Amino acid sequence: MNRSGWLWAPSLAVYAFLYVPLAIVVLFSFNDSRLSAEWVGFTLDWYRKLATDDAMLAAARNSLLIALTAALIATVLGTMAGIAMHRYRIRGLTFLVLTPVAMPEILLGVSLLVFFIQVLNLTLGLVSVLVAHITFCIGFVAIIVRARLAGMDESIFEAARDLGATPWQSFRLVTLPLIMPAVTAGALMSFTLSIDDFVITFFTAGVGVSTLPLQIFTMIKVAVTPEVNAVSTLLMLVTLTLIVLASRVAPDALKGRT
Amino acid sequence: MAVPRAERVTKWLIAGPPLAFLLAFFLLPSLIMALASLRYPGEFGGLAPLAARPGEESGLTLENYALFFGDWVYAQIFAKSLVIAALTTFACLVLAYPLALLIARSPKKRRDFMVLLVILPFASNFLVRVYAWMIILGPMDLLFTRFAVIVGMVYVHLPFMILPLYTNLEKHDPTLLDAAQDLGANAWHTFWRVTFPLSLPGVFSGSALVFIPVLGMFAIPELLGGKDDWMVGNMIKEAFLGTRDWPFGSMLSLMLTLAVLAIAGAAALFARRGAPNE
Repeated sequence: MNRSGWLWAPSLAVYAFLYVPLAIVVLFSFNDSRLSAEWVGFTLDWYRKLATDDAMLAAARNSLLIALTAALIATVLGTMAGIAMHRYRIRGLTFLVLTPVAMPEILLGVSLLVFFIQVLNLTLGLVSVLVAHITFCIGFVAIIVRARLAGMDESIFEAARDLGATPWQSFRLVTLPLIMPAVTAGALMSFTLSIDDFVITFFTAGVGVSTLPLQIFTMIKVAVTPEVNAVSTLLMLVTLTLIVLASRVAPDALKGRT
Repeated sequence: MAVPRAERVTKWLIAGPPLAFLLAFFLLPSLIMALASLRYPGEFGGLAPLAARPGEESGLTLENYALFFGDWVYAQIFAKSLVIAALTTFACLVLAYPLALLIARSPKKRRDFMVLLVILPFASNFLVRVYAWMIILGPMDLLFTRFAVIVGMVYVHLPFMILPLYTNLEKHDPTLLDAAQDLGANAWHTFWRVTFPLSLPGVFSGSALVFIPVLGMFAIPELLGGKDDWMVGNMIKEAFLGTRDWPFGSMLSLMLTLAVLAIAGAAALFARRGAPNE
């Protein structure tokens, strides 16, 4: 303990650095002033304004729709990829799964933009955003699922086979229940990543469709207004709930050991 | 011995769908973009049809690359992006190290909670975290400066440094520190000669996780920086959505990809060298 005593001061400073800016955003969402410079008084006006902002509500609906669908499909594909990576040596699979996660997002965004328009002749919109989100979420799910499988005793699967289970039975009755926490964590993570994504959405959404992050970007490009603070606070609440949920279902997935 | 047929079928039933999806929506688009960097821009943006120009056989050209290597401006923006990424990485390392070390040396029961505290702010939207600094730095007259860009970059990427560092430091054998002390090393020497060298794999993987996304960032320079703070990402964005010169944008994206690959490769190499006991 003595040895690490000096670490407390810089560590607390870093925690403060992480939390104070967000606390300011939350605080000023209740401030009765257009300017976020000084505290004037408590109000819920910015939340009321938000509730009647049609563009924002439409964006929220799109975000939710995309995040739910993307999480569902990415979880199925990512789980398959995670199992395949653990069980078989397929050349290129690991590369294909992990590279979209490690690359700067802008690269995936622009390459999909060219692909959708030039090759598929697709009008950008919900579908293109959805496909883009699934592409980068698969990797995260696969990493979590593979990590879970890597920590398990292979003999369970052999036992299932020896007892006469078909591959499907052994998957449904043995593998799936065992990896379920990782699958759930992967789904929650995909949902969060999708609903939060700005960069890839920015390039694949086109003009017709807006999501919450796109809407926030447009607003803060124009002017700083407490309405942004209000929507930010609500968004924080949503992701916070999901994180707490994820840490309940699969504590290991959140410890940075995946 | 041949693999049983049923086994092969199962294998492709599991691996096939994600493989097909990623081939179609990740690898193929990447290859098409590489090819697009060799084409002419279309009259109204996008790409010109192949063999569309009179007198051109193939519709392919090295023009975009010639432009890139022929003008200092682009190399300068690349260099500036590398400098910003390096400064951000260094600042993240300095801020992350004490905290990661403290978490690693805390009682086991408390560690998970301390890590969760690092992850939580990271869960708020990326733009919200940038916006927070717009509110803070605006009244201080520091908005739209290089300083603001780096603060924003550090703020957004700090957890990427803390987590791999902690994962590494947590595995260190505490008796090594006692041994160093018994051999007469003071606290500084123990840190510099024992803890730090052992943590190098964590330092390198954390650095790669910060450096790479920062290098491709466009939103932070756009929101927090001034005209002088444009990075590669801003050039790419401008080429695709502003001037709509896709071949030029594709060429820039390819250059960024090469830079990223070089950095990731170097980090992996150093991380392996830096791990004498693993």
